[in-house]
Amino acid sequence: MSADTSTLDATERTRALLTTAEPRRRRTDRIMAALIWFAFLLAMVPLVSLLWTVLFNGAGRVTIDFLSYSMRGIFGGDPGGGIYHAVMGTLIITGCATLISVPIGILVAIYLVEYGRGPLARAVTFFVDVMTGIPSIVAGLFAVSLFTIFFGAGARFGIIGAVALSVLMIPVVVRSCEEMLKLVPNELREASYALGVPKWLTIIRVVLRTAVAGLTTSVLLAIARVIGETAPLLVAVGVTDSINFDPSEGRMMTLPVFIYRQYSQGLATCREGQANCVADIAIQNAWGAALTLIVIVMLLNVAGRLVNRWFAPKTR
Amino acid sequence: MVGALALSLAACGSDPGADPSGEGSESALDLSGELNGGGASSQESAMEAWRAGFQSQNPDVTVNYDPVGSGGGRESFISGAFPFAGSDAALDDEEMADAEAQCGEGGVVEYPGYISPVAVAFNLEGIDTLNLTPEAIAGIFAGEITAWDDEAIAADNPDADLPSTDITVVHRSDDSGTTENFQEYLNTVVPDVWTWEPEGIWPIEGQESAQGTSGVVSAAQAGEGTITYADASQIADLGTAHVGVGDEFVEYTPEAAAAVVEGSPRVEGTSDHVFAYDLKRDIAGTYPIVLVSYHLACATYEDAATADLVKGFYSYILSDEGQAAAADSAGSAPLSSELRDQFLPSVEAITAAG
Amino acid sequence: MTTTDSPPAPVAPVRRRRSSGDTERGFSRTFRWIATGSGALILATLAAVALFLIVRAWPAMTASEAELADAVPRYPDDTSFLAYVGPLVFGTLLAAVLALLMATPVAMGIALFISHYAPRRLAQILGYLVDLLAAIPSVVYGLWGVAVLAPAVAPVWTWLNEWFGWFPLFAGNVSPTARTLATVSVVLAVMILPIITAVSREVFLQTPKLHEEAALALGATRWEMVRTAVLPFGQSGVISAAMLGLGRALGETMAVLMILSPGFLYSFKILQAAQQQTIAAYIALDFPEASGLAVNALIATGLALFVITLAVNMAARAIVARRKDFSGAN
Repeated sequence: MSADTSTLDATERTRALLTTAEPRRRRTDRIMAALIWFAFLLAMVPLVSLLWTVLFNGAGRVTIDFLSYSMRGIFGGDPGGGIYHAVMGTLIITGCATLISVPIGILVAIYLVEYGRGPLARAVTFFVDVMTGIPSIVAGLFAVSLFTIFFGAGARFGIIGAVALSVLMIPVVVRSCEEMLKLVPNELREASYALGVPKWLTIIRVVLRTAVAGLTTSVLLAIARVIGETAPLLVAVGVTDSINFDPSEGRMMTLPVFIYRQYSQGLATCREGQANCVADIAIQNAWGAALTLIVIVMLLNVAGRLVNRWFAPKTR
Repeated sequence: MVGALALSLAACGSDPGADPSGEGSESALDLSGELNGGGASSQESAMEAWRAGFQSQNPDVTVNYDPVGSGGGRESFISGAFPFAGSDAALDDEEMADAEAQCGEGGVVEYPGYISPVAVAFNLEGIDTLNLTPEAIAGIFAGEITAWDDEAIAADNPDADLPSTDITVVHRSDDSGTTENFQEYLNTVVPDVWTWEPEGIWPIEGQESAQGTSGVVSAAQAGEGTITYADASQIADLGTAHVGVGDEFVEYTPEAAAAVVEGSPRVEGTSDHVFAYDLKRDIAGTYPIVLVSYHLACATYEDAATADLVKGFYSYILSDEGQAAAADSAGSAPLSSELRDQFLPSVEAITAAG
Repeated sequence: MTTTDSPPAPVAPVRRRRSSGDTERGFSRTFRWIATGSGALILATLAAVALFLIVRAWPAMTASEAELADAVPRYPDDTSFLAYVGPLVFGTLLAAVLALLMATPVAMGIALFISHYAPRRLAQILGYLVDLLAAIPSVVYGLWGVAVLAPAVAPVWTWLNEWFGWFPLFAGNVSPTARTLATVSVVLAVMILPIITAVSREVFLQTPKLHEEAALALGATRWEMVRTAVLPFGQSGVISAAMLGLGRALGETMAVLMILSPGFLYSFKILQAAQQQTIAAYIALDFPEASGLAVNALIATGLALFVITLAVNMAARAIVARRKDFSGAN
């Protein structure tokens, strides 16, 4: 790439060299660009198929009634009832899990990036990685065993589920937030120290603000990671078909558990000529609930984006 | 954010049918509270019907049933976590001792509350029913009969146009009472072909499998020439086998399935409230492949409210209404009135301690 | 970020740790303790989980072979505990590695597409789309895998088997229902794709503009710029992202549970039914009906999964350590 600039039309020739690189390099560039486009399109195939399947199967089922009733007293092929109780349960339990996990997770990430030196930091980094490998059902069993120590054998309530989800969520928050905080240029910190800003304020006002976009993405990913968890909630929170707003008392239904339960219920028995009976209502409910869950996550995402836009420093 | 969403939505949801004008007046017991049990997932759809019916009679009551599986149900019942439970197998001696110790005075109440025929279902283009002898069924599921036009199948189905397709056996991948009951049938009737000890897990390696009843049914529908066993109410449009009993071939019906329990002897040496049965699989005219699932309760509870709720709930299950509800929604076999008359006194005897 | 117009270097080299330590007083100290305490809390939580796993798994690991064969439904006679866990570990790794092999290149492609190739206006929306897809619950992936994917890929598997049957992965009898490990790893790959993409994209976007512009100014084509500036910068981030994805693939329960027709063999035949099983799906499958020693055995397999993740992470750490950094823009 050494352009000869000694002659008069050097600029012209340089430009020509820069824009028309050797054919082989240009070919590589074209091929890679095509591959990268192809990768994106390839990934869109299952994604579009999945979304379309959920939308196609679920849209017919999602009505105002479906969203505002619970399943109390609904059985067999009865097309009544809805997922209100499950929506509430999912929001409450995931909300609790987020409230537990995000402060802890971000603080741990701050610790690792800003303070972390020595054996404790190495241990934390390492064991956070290990924690990402806890099977979800084990997290559920762990939470249940923990709470049965205090509340007796039959304890099943929302907080237990939130704790189980937190065990799964914290390492995800830490891992990705750590990555985001590391990307904050050191110069920013040094400039802040040079101005005499104390460290804690530097972290909060400079580091966190600079990384807020990445942190939001991390938290959203973490929520997404746990909002669809089924197994731990099944063991930790139990199931119910009535509405329950209180995470510290009584069973709660959640959307993923609802989807799984409706799916495994299979076909309903409908006598011939029986009115008000739809044989595959359970599958329809499952798709409807799946659609609702995806929409909820989408709303959370939009909210996250807005927060992000308001608070992110305007550098780009 | 989540909190705000919850608050804004909290105002607009409700339980359906919350209007007080329902059948609430029928209940003489005037019960209220929450009752949490669980166990066999096979009973889930019947339990839904029972819970719904019971809750509509008693609007202040919530009954929950966790389909954690029979083992989980028994364990939680023995530990006292579930005041009532469903199980695909009766308690064995050791479990019974533990359960009696937990329940205290009066011991355990146990009766077969849910009986359902298990269909042998297959996916063959254009064939809705086949006559299959127990030997043929065992041979197919053991992998010894590998093609649909095998002599063992063709001999009993002279009219059927059997293809030479390979047979693909689909079994339950999870530990299930349906598998155990199906194997128990094969092991009792044709022990020389089906030599495996009956248990909840399928003994043969290398065959297709799927989780849960809906899983095996959809797997069977997905492939041509598949055969499986599943709760008869769930088999959708699959073909079904008429099962050989003696010299005749019996189609599955709930009534023919219930007759099996009626004709079988009660296990001896148990306490008064325990109704466990040794199923006989060769009674003429009955459909021999049945899933029998038990209900468990204590004869006495510390807490009077729990005792009333369990008594009320089990009494409802054994009532005409309860049996009809389960038969309609789960396709289960209604218990005959003789059997119910035997069970009811034990259920009525449930009381609070002291 | 703001690196393009970074301030001139300080006159004296700043010994940051020391100097900030000196000025640390008041809330700074409290804040340090809060952060350190959170780190310790993580260790305590993990210790509690590990302790729980070990305590519950211990009876199974110390029980005799006969006892285990008696109590655990799928336990083969006359085998050691390791021989019982072995095929499960094998299946778990096979599924996760296949998924990772499929997902990582594609995910990097998507991340590059969004960060450097797609039209800027579109990029944000596409990035948003991919984030969204990370949010699809595994139960829904399971539903989709059973209802849509398995029937769709069955002919592809048959074709692969017909033409590439000599290759160990594609050997054996193709399952007519396509509920095999091949289908499962495709679903797993789709599931971890958004995770790897999201983290990689974020990292690629942080590539110092200066580096990129320098590469372009030297006459590099777009791909050469990506290869020389973006990829080296994002390397550790991508590995980290892939590990996050691997973690999810290893522990994924519901999708495997709903799709796979399991078996307990050391088999590479990913197109044949009933060959492999993963640990997480095995636990979920048998846990509901398990009691007594069988529960301990299941939790012991969970412990095995835990140990695998530990090993995987140690390997990943070794890879990342080669690029020791505090990446920033130094």
